[in-house]
Amino acid sequence: MTRFASMRGWALTLIALAMLPFILPSDYYLGIATHALVIAVLALSLDILIGQGGMSSLGHAAYLGVSAYAVAWTTRNAGWPAYAAIPFALALGTLTACVFGVLALRARGLGFLMITLALGQVMWGAAYRWVDLTGGDNGIRMQARPVLLGFDLNNATNFYIIVCAVLLTTLIAIYKLDHSALGACLRGTRDQPRRMRMLGHDVWKIRFVGFVSAGFWGAVAGVLYAYDYLYVGPSALSLPQSAEALLMVVLGGAGTLAGPVAGAIVITVIKTVVSSYVDRWYTLLGLTFIIVVSVMPKGLVPGIRSWMKGNRA
Amino acid sequence: MAIDALVISEIDSFYGDSHVLHRVCVTLREGEILALLGRNGAGKTTTLSTTMGWLKPRHGSIAVFGEQIGGLAPENIVQKGVALVPQGRRIFPSLSVRENLAVAEIKRKGGNRPWTMERVFDTFPRLRERKSQTAGSLSGGEQQMLAIGRALMSNPRVLLMDEPSEGLAPQIVAEVGRIIASLREEGLSILLVEQNLELAMTLANDVVILNTGRVAASGKASDIAADQEVLDRNLGVF
Repeated sequence: MTRFASMRGWALTLIALAMLPFILPSDYYLGIATHALVIAVLALSLDILIGQGGMSSLGHAAYLGVSAYAVAWTTRNAGWPAYAAIPFALALGTLTACVFGVLALRARGLGFLMITLALGQVMWGAAYRWVDLTGGDNGIRMQARPVLLGFDLNNATNFYIIVCAVLLTTLIAIYKLDHSALGACLRGTRDQPRRMRMLGHDVWKIRFVGFVSAGFWGAVAGVLYAYDYLYVGPSALSLPQSAEALLMVVLGGAGTLAGPVAGAIVITVIKTVVSSYVDRWYTLLGLTFIIVVSVMPKGLVPGIRSWMKGNRA
Repeated sequence: MAIDALVISEIDSFYGDSHVLHRVCVTLREGEILALLGRNGAGKTTTLSTTMGWLKPRHGSIAVFGEQIGGLAPENIVQKGVALVPQGRRIFPSLSVRENLAVAEIKRKGGNRPWTMERVFDTFPRLRERKSQTAGSLSGGEQQMLAIGRALMSNPRVLLMDEPSEGLAPQIVAEVGRIIASLREEGLSILLVEQNLELAMTLANDVVILNTGRVAASGKASDIAADQEVLDRNLGVF
């Protein structure tokens, strides 16, 4: 795909996203769009690990969960303003990623996957059982969204605009990372770790930096998640949440900016809209996944791109 | 007294239980090219692998400008100023030309003309033309230039080159030869492993010939080239 075609695609997508509040019939549907974009930030963050670093994780929701709990607890129980709660939540989520990284990056491949799964489950178990801190199964309910920079985020359209802005920032940051020397090192480490050592690199450090970057953006998704649902429970950092994020990346296309966003939108729509009409929506989700990976093994976005290229040729 | 660029002293290397290098000694003087020759399986690449830290020598020592590097990890040896142009190029095919060079950049203090991406592009203009292309889409000759450029991006003091002419067309081999000669003129010390005897003898100041993991002959390139018996016995050519 040419650079111009790619830019045109992104411009059209951004215009479509900006128009959504005026097109959608009610705040209910705008809420679904907001959920999809919040989860898209999580999927994008996971794609730093999978697409750039070649590290599939089943514990990525932990950063979202820790950050979301941090926002909910500090605002609800400690009375912190959003200006203090958000940086604290981002720092705590990133710190969690640092700890996970030190432990998980001792292994590669299946071992790495299992360690991230285990660490994610430890966090879920803590959220579920540490009732005094997390409220256990009842979670923490927040009163209202804050007013930020003059924007009352209790207004659905205002909150949607903020989520769009954060998503755009995430996209730009990940694009910059991908096109930086660090991004090239991360992909070099993914493809040929031995060659990277031959060039004088500490492969572990590169993976660690990639891992923590992914954790930071996962924490950003957590802040949005907390304010989106105004509720945080153990499901925020559960295995299904991590697995869904992984599914979004694979379905949309790992290693592409648009892929995780497309995957997040498709799965959120199936989960929230289609599930209203179809009882066995998990079956539908599974079938969708099987069909897409059978027809487009690299995912929706790379598949559609190569199909368009084939049609043009 | 000048310190030699690379001194490999009586090293023994093994692949598992297989004893490959037997008390191999190589001395590369600063600003010169030393050609390491031998038949297939003689231990040339193993010598480079041991120097780069992929194999730990069980005996002997390796020093770069007087500093011991034997037993260090490969990434630490590169930081000491040793770079390798590996056999078969070993570039990153999915990264662009620019990214292949960017990942190899090491800035060092001192040095009046450090290697930068621009300087690599000036040396290899064809890489500049293809800087946004993925490296896997380059021709064999261009990939070799990229592999050399990538090694230079670490601003090495000692360059190890493993068969840089392998699989290249004669015109490209001549071009690679010119580049290696110009690198020596700039003061770079080069250990050249080469099957192309003519190219090696043209470029090298000194030659070491390995035979079944042992040093079979060593000396001035002109002396070795004139000794037909040594060449026939150890290389089976000419």
